Amino acid sequence: MLAKRIIPCLDMMDGQVVKGVRFKELKDAGDPVELASHYYEQGADEIVFLDVTASREKRNILMDVVERTADAIFIPFTVGGGIRSLEDIRSILCGGADKISMNTAAVKNPEIIRESSRIFGSQCIVSSIDVKRVYVTDESEAPGKTVLETARGRCWWSIHIYGGREKVDMDAMKWAERVVELGAGELLVSSLDFDGTKQGYDLVFLSELSERVSVPVIASSGAGTPNHILDALTIGKADAALAASIFHYGTYTIREVKEYLAEHNVTVRL
Amino acid sequence: MVKIAIVDYGIGNLRSIKTSLEAVGSEIIITNKRDGIVNADAIVLPGVGAFEGAIKNLETMSDVILDKVRERKPLLGICLGLQLLFTASTEGGLHRGLDIFKGKVVKLPLNVKIPHMGWNTLRILKPDNPLLKDVPDESYVYFVHSYYGAAECPDDAISRTHYGLDFPSALSTKNVFATQFHPEKSGDTGLQILRNFVEFVKS
Repeated sequence: MLAKRIIPCLDMMDGQVVKGVRFKELKDAGDPVELASHYYEQGADEIVFLDVTASREKRNILMDVVERTADAIFIPFTVGGGIRSLEDIRSILCGGADKISMNTAAVKNPEIIRESSRIFGSQCIVSSIDVKRVYVTDESEAPGKTVLETARGRCWWSIHIYGGREKVDMDAMKWAERVVELGAGELLVSSLDFDGTKQGYDLVFLSELSERVSVPVIASSGAGTPNHILDALTIGKADAALAASIFHYGTYTIREVKEYLAEHNVTVRL
Repeated sequence: MVKIAIVDYGIGNLRSIKTSLEAVGSEIIITNKRDGIVNADAIVLPGVGAFEGAIKNLETMSDVILDKVRERKPLLGICLGLQLLFTASTEGGLHRGLDIFKGKVVKLPLNVKIPHMGWNTLRILKPDNPLLKDVPDESYVYFVHSYYGAAECPDDAISRTHYGLDFPSALSTKNVFATQFHPEKSGDTGLQILRNFVEFVKS
């Protein structure tokens, strides 16, 4: 049976991991390749690198990380952040990454999803979508939007680009369906409402989305406990769960999370 | 050290397969030349992408690959590389393959999410096959594919995997081996399978 995937995410800048990481056993805890190897040995199913390096001139540092990772770990890894063109995609995939993820570039120019999936195959094009709830008292306030009931009231979901800094007045559910039509092979959904809260994932959005699309959904943002991850994979119906701080701070190892999931009858690779 | 030729037919990233085969003790040349294939101890046919483009790019090399296979040179096909070894594929029209495994490559059923992406288990049919030495039944390996090879000869399948239906996830006949999954992305299990292939080449 196909296993649910657990994916640690490494945010990096200028070739260094940016979110606090405390592993005594690592020589250089800031080195993304060392950290990726550490998670590989713990039983991670995949790794995602999110590069937040602002400057284009430092792109070669990212390429060095990609190449060293490809030589160090024998599981798939995805690279996202700052990808703007087919050339960016080509260089990252040729450097050894298995998939790339795009958010801003796809919103600005959706054709890049179609073109890149045609050239490189849908399996390596991940559409990353940052969503944020917009609460309404009545559906008539949000014509054309997908309004759902949540524990905190009715809302629809807008999308954000540039790392959450810019809101786009577009229905996230419809956008997700569109990128799948264009050829995205997977959806990586982050919630700006839940990110960093450790209160759990946006289960209402995830479960509706998973029902609607034919490609795997990776849940991101909000994991504070293994139970949150369990909820994302069961109630949220996600195919994979991505988490950062729960693993980086050593609160739980990947193996502990997977054992917890297995105890609750979720199929995982142990 | 055994020398393995990874056939470069212009599609996809060969870095991981090269690194992982080196990690289990082989010397790698990546080649799109007939000489490169002739001079190696074994051949690896990697692959991501679509069948039609791949078989076209392989045209100038396919006869030498088949000759060497007949001379008992070991061959390992991975993912699309497995599919290329079948009689034909229905991906994007009907295209002829290398016809080492009898059968057609067809799309996975529509009742499951496609592509079949992620970690799934091997139900091992032939534990004695050299490729599966020390690989426990129900081991997890990493898949990314939308089509599968529907083998006509039941003996060819050495493992099966369930996704919407049971399909052959690894095949073997004589000196030819093939995996629908990516051993180079399948952690320790994948490395064991590649090590087994290298040991077979040595023997």
